[in-house]
Amino acid sequence: MEKRKFRSKKVSERITLAVIYTILAIISIVWLVPFFMLIIISFRGEAVGMSADYLFPKQWSFDNYIKLFTKTKFLTWYGNTLLVSAIVTVFQTIIVLMTSYALSRMRFKLRKPLMNLMLILGMFPGFLSMTAVYFVLKEINLTQNLLGLMLVYTASSAMQYYICKGFFDTIPKSLDEAARIDGASRHTIFVKIILPLAKPIIIYTILTAFIAPWGEYMFSSFIMLGDTDKYTVAVGMKSWIDNATLMSEGYFSIFCAAAVVVSIPITALFIWLQRYYVAGVTGGSVKG
Amino acid sequence: MVDLEYLKLSPFGKFWFNFKAFFKRLPSSFAAFFKAIPKKLYSLWLAFAGIFINIGRAAKDGDWKTRSSFVVMGFGLITRKQYLRGILYLFFEVLFILYMVFFGWKYLAKMGSLGEVVRAEVWDDAVGDYVINNYDNSLLILLYSLLTIFIMTAFVYMWYQNVKGNLLSQQYVEAHLHLPTTKDDINSYVNENYHKSLLAIPMLGLVLFTILPIFFMIFIAFTNYDQYHMPPAQLFEWVGVDNFQTVLGGGIGSNSKTFAYTFKEVLLWTIVWALFATVSNYVLGMIVAILINKKGIKFKKLWRTILVMTIAIPQFVSLMFMSQLLSEQGLINNILLKWNWIDKPVPFLSDGTLAKVVIIAVNIWIGIPYSMLICTGILMNIPEDLYESARIDGAGPFKAYMQITLPYMLHVTMPYLITQFIGNLNNFNVIFLLTGAVPEPMDMHYANRTDLLITWLYKLTLSGKQYGLASVIGIFTFIVVAVFSLIFYNRSKSVKNEEEFM
Repeated sequence: MEKRKFRSKKVSERITLAVIYTILAIISIVWLVPFFMLIIISFRGEAVGMSADYLFPKQWSFDNYIKLFTKTKFLTWYGNTLLVSAIVTVFQTIIVLMTSYALSRMRFKLRKPLMNLMLILGMFPGFLSMTAVYFVLKEINLTQNLLGLMLVYTASSAMQYYICKGFFDTIPKSLDEAARIDGASRHTIFVKIILPLAKPIIIYTILTAFIAPWGEYMFSSFIMLGDTDKYTVAVGMKSWIDNATLMSEGYFSIFCAAAVVVSIPITALFIWLQRYYVAGVTGGSVKG
Repeated sequence: MVDLEYLKLSPFGKFWFNFKAFFKRLPSSFAAFFKAIPKKLYSLWLAFAGIFINIGRAAKDGDWKTRSSFVVMGFGLITRKQYLRGILYLFFEVLFILYMVFFGWKYLAKMGSLGEVVRAEVWDDAVGDYVINNYDNSLLILLYSLLTIFIMTAFVYMWYQNVKGNLLSQQYVEAHLHLPTTKDDINSYVNENYHKSLLAIPMLGLVLFTILPIFFMIFIAFTNYDQYHMPPAQLFEWVGVDNFQTVLGGGIGSNSKTFAYTFKEVLLWTIVWALFATVSNYVLGMIVAILINKKGIKFKKLWRTILVMTIAIPQFVSLMFMSQLLSEQGLINNILLKWNWIDKPVPFLSDGTLAKVVIIAVNIWIGIPYSMLICTGILMNIPEDLYESARIDGAGPFKAYMQITLPYMLHVTMPYLITQFIGNLNNFNVIFLLTGAVPEPMDMHYANRTDLLITWLYKLTLSGKQYGLASVIGIFTFIVVAVFSLIFYNRSKSVKNEEEFM
C-alpha cells in the first residue's frame, strides 16, 4: 500500500514534468519561429514582393545582402547609428554616473527637491518637448544633423540616475569616511574608490545607452525628417516599410536581411553582458 | 482597516484598496492642500523676508566695498583678494547686461502680443528690389522670452548670492578670520561643493532640453499655433483656454466634437492597454520563470537562452517584421488564403477590436522574456523552507503560489511593475510600429482605434501640425501618468509595513 502510493506520486510528478516540457517546447517554438522566418526570408532569391504565399524561398541566395550593401543607403544608416550610439554611450554614462554619485553621496539643500523635480519631469511625455527642441536645434543649425540627435539623446540623461544611484547607495559609506580621514578629496573617492566598485552598474548603463539609439524612432524621425543620408537604421528601415512601391518590388526580403545585420552585434553584445543586465534591472528594483 | 487585514488582501485586492483609498482621500487631500496654503504662504513670506533682511543688513552694515557690489557685482570680493569669485560675478553681470540689451529685451517686450509684424515682401528703394521686411516670428518670441525669464531668474539669484557673499567676506575680515582664498575656493569644488561640479553639466542639459521645452509647450497650449498659423509666414497669438475646451468637448467648430470623442477613446484605450500589457507580461513571465525553475527540469540554461535571444534582437526590428507579417497583404494572410482556411484576409491590425487583441498578444511575445529574466533571479531568492512548511501544512502548488510566490514577487518587484506601467502608458514603439500606418477612421481626428495618447500626440504634431491641441494632449498625458504614479506610490501606513516582509 505504502509502496504503491509512493510510486503513484512519482508517476504524477513525471506527468507534471512532461507537461512542463511540452509547454516549454511550445513556448520556445512560438518564440523562435518568427526569427527563423526572418532569417529564411532574408535568403529569398526571387523578388516576389508582398504577394508571396510561401515561406521557403524558391531560390536560396545572398542577393539581398549584396543589394543591401551596394544598392541601398543601409551602410550609411548603419554607420550613423553606430556613431550616434558610441558617442551617446560615452557622454550618457558619464552624466549618469556623476548625477548618481552626487545624489547618493553628497548632502545638499536642493537634493530632495531635485530628485522630485526629475520624477515629475519624467512624467511628461518626452515627445511633448520635441517641437521646442526642434526649433532650438534649428536655430543653431543642428536639425538634419547627427550632432543634434546626439545632443537630444544625451541632454536629459541625468533623469536616468535612478538605478545607478540605487547601486551606489549599497556601497558602504564607511569606505568614503575612511578615505576622507586619509585626506582624500571627494573627487578622488569618486574616481578611485566608488567607480572601480561600480563595474556591474557601469556596464549596465553602457549596455542600455548603447542599445537605445538602435531602436529609437520617435526623436530621430522628427529631427532627420526628409534627409535620407542622416537616417538611423530604425528610421531608414521604417521608410522602406512605409513605401508600398518598394515593398512590392521585393524590398521585404531586403528588409529582413537588414534586420539580420542589425541584430547580430546587439545580440552578441547582449548575450555576452546578459548577467550585468539582469543585475542592473533587479538591483535597481530591489532597492525601490 | 488595520495593517493585518491589509496584508491579508490578495495583490489585486491591495491595488483596489489603494485605488479606492486614493479617490476617497482626494477630497480630504484637497482640503489639506488648501488648509496648508496659509502656512505655506507664511513660510514663503518668512523665506522672502529673510532675503530682504539679508539685503537690508548688507545695505546697513556694509562698508563702501560691500555697498558698491550692489551695482558692480563681486566688487567687494575682488578688493578683498577673493579674485576668482569676484571676477566670476562681474563676468556674469557683464554677460547678463549684454544679453539683455542686445537680445533678451527685444523678445521679452513682444511676449504679450507674440509679434505684430507679419512677414511680407516690401519694396526697398535702396536695394531697388522687393526685400523681406523685419517680421516677427511668434515662435522665436515665445521661446526666447522664456529663455530670457529663465536667465533673469538665474541673475536675480546670483545677485542675491553676490550680496550675501560680499557681506560675509566683510564680516570675516572684521572678525580677523581666515578668508577663503582662490585656492581654497577651487579646492572646495572637489570637496564640500563637489556636487556643484558634478551636477553643473547634467543640470544645464536638463534645463535647456527638458525644462525649457516643457514650459514652452505648456505655453503653446494657450495659443492657436496650427497649420494656419505657422511661423515664419504667419503669426500666432494667445487664445486662452480654447484648446482645452476643444479637447474636453465644450469647444466651437465642426472639429471639436470629433476631437473630444477621439480624446475619450484614446484616453480609455491608453489606460486599458497599459493595464493589460503590464499585468499580462508580468504574470505570464513569472509563470514561465517558475516552470523553468522547477526542480527536475533539465537544460534550464537552454530554455532561458532561447527566450533571452529574442530580447537581444532590437525591438523595432521584430515589431516592424510583425507588422508586415500580420498586414492584410502579409505572409500569414497569404498562407492562410492558400490553404483555404479563410476566404478573405483577416484584418489583424486594421480592425479596431481585433487589432487591440493582436497588439497585446504581440506585446506578450516581446515582453515575456524580460519579465522572465527579472523574475528568475528573484524566484531563486525565495527561501525553500517556506515552500516546505507550506507543503507540510497541506497547501497545493496553486495555494503556495498565491500565498508565497506572488506576494513575495510583488513586494520585491513593485517598483519595476510601476515603471513598467508608466512606460506602457507612453509606449510609443509597440503601437506606432505595429499599427501606426493603419488609416484613421472617419469619426476619429488624426488617430486610429489603437493610438495611445503619445502616438496621437506624434501624429497631431507631425501630420496634423496642430501644435496647440497637441500640447493640450501632452498636458493631459502628464496628468494621467501623474495620477497613476500617485496611486501607486502613495503608500498608506499599512503598505509601508510591507517593507518588513520576511
